[in-house]
Amino acid sequence: MSGASNSNTALDIEHVAHAFGTRAVLSNISLSITRGESVALLGANGTGKTTLVSLAAGLIRPDQGDVHVAGTPAQAGRPDVGIAFQDARLMPWRSVARNVSLPLEIAGEDRRAAHTAAIAALARMQAEHLADRAPADLSGGERQRVALARALVRNPALVLLDEPFAALDALTRTRFDEQLPELVGGAAILFVTHDIGEALLVADRVLVLAPGGGISLEVAGLRGTPQGERRAVLMSPAGATRQAQLYDALRTVAPVAHHA
Amino acid sequence: MRNGGRLSPLLFGAALLLVWELAVRLSGAPVFLLPAPSVVALRFAQAWSDGTMLRHLLPTVGEILAGGLLGGALGLALGMLLGLSGAARRIASPYLVAAQSTPILALGPLLVLWFGPGAAAKVAICTLITLFPMAIATLIAVRDTDRGLLELSRAMGGTRWQTLVTFRLPAARSGIFAGARIAATLAVVGAIVGEWLGGSAGLGVLVNLARGSLFDTPLLFAALIQIALLGVAAYGSVVVAERLSSRLIK
Repeated sequence: MSGASNSNTALDIEHVAHAFGTRAVLSNISLSITRGESVALLGANGTGKTTLVSLAAGLIRPDQGDVHVAGTPAQAGRPDVGIAFQDARLMPWRSVARNVSLPLEIAGEDRRAAHTAAIAALARMQAEHLADRAPADLSGGERQRVALARALVRNPALVLLDEPFAALDALTRTRFDEQLPELVGGAAILFVTHDIGEALLVADRVLVLAPGGGISLEVAGLRGTPQGERRAVLMSPAGATRQAQLYDALRTVAPVAHHA
Repeated sequence: MRNGGRLSPLLFGAALLLVWELAVRLSGAPVFLLPAPSVVALRFAQAWSDGTMLRHLLPTVGEILAGGLLGGALGLALGMLLGLSGAARRIASPYLVAAQSTPILALGPLLVLWFGPGAAAKVAICTLITLFPMAIATLIAVRDTDRGLLELSRAMGGTRWQTLVTFRLPAARSGIFAGARIAATLAVVGAIVGEWLGGSAGLGVLVNLARGSLFDTPLLFAALIQIALLGVAAYGSVVVAERLSSRLIK
């Protein structure tokens, strides 16, 4: 499948290989996300999860292969891609609203329009009341909510989330995991994590990234399940089976099989 | 907050002056060696009322303003260049350190030789003495910008200019102002040193006059107090500028 020819694809990674110096991180990985689909990428540390996000964001170029977003080559600063990291990366000298409006300001939009959009994005994250606060006064969960609002402020078609909830306490994290599909709305998601339950809760498909960079397993996620039932399904025997499958795949440092 | 928190430094100063006054009176120390605070205060007031102080203060303030602003601006520009460019940093850093290690007193005569006995040499000394702390503070602050913020800027499509103005400089602000605080007090030192090396007006000249030809130790003390007040004012104006700049970037 070629990204350039398929307008239904939000992200298309084709036969990509990438190395940092002599250390190969990804070798011949292919992965495709359709419009509106949420894909979680599970992998141990050092398997190249963050590298994949950087490639999709256009922050780095692949040594080999192609990365397309909505049919055109990935490039940093696209309005149709939003990104959030493990640390919220809020600028302490700006108010919450002005942190959220930053992508629009950088794109040269009028400050008042950017502010309006920022307030709307915050409202979508149920964080409108934080608009005038300073980042230093926020809790970890609130900071991440603001970072998500910033990632969504331009209504992107693709949202890249690199372990966005990893630094949060368990309870806050669970709440985010359960709400994320609804918070993000119709955008496609590439969600990187090493938490199995989280991956299942937020995604339509969960992929396991093996060391050396290939997809070793694909399992259906629970995003299609109604929000109130996801956790129950995750804890049911069927959910436990999927968790066990993913756990085994994560533990196995076996040669890479490609199922995608 | 209790009033005592703000009052205690004043009380401490008053106590110190009282001890000084008593010590001079009880010991009978000659006024040309150690004048009592009351004598210094009178001389200070007299120097202001007869215009002596203002006549010498104004040129010093002018030199500090011109040299401090020029040195600050050049230091900021140089620090930004070196902070942003690793190559420029490697080439220029050893020379910057060498230049900073050269005492300004040793450089002074050369500058007077080049710029003459007028204000220009003093401004040049002020410029040099403020340039280095500004350049080094800016260099470090700009160089050490959080990588995560720089990546964020790139992900948003920020240009080099936007990255500098929106991310690097605001992040570097407190580091840059730490350099400016040091530079502000050094600017006063630079002006006084310059005036010592020659000239007809300025607080440094007044110190020399009071000590040498006039043999007026109370006036010498009054001039020293004026210099100290000037240093506090220079420092304070940097603090005010820092507060204003925080509103600017919000």
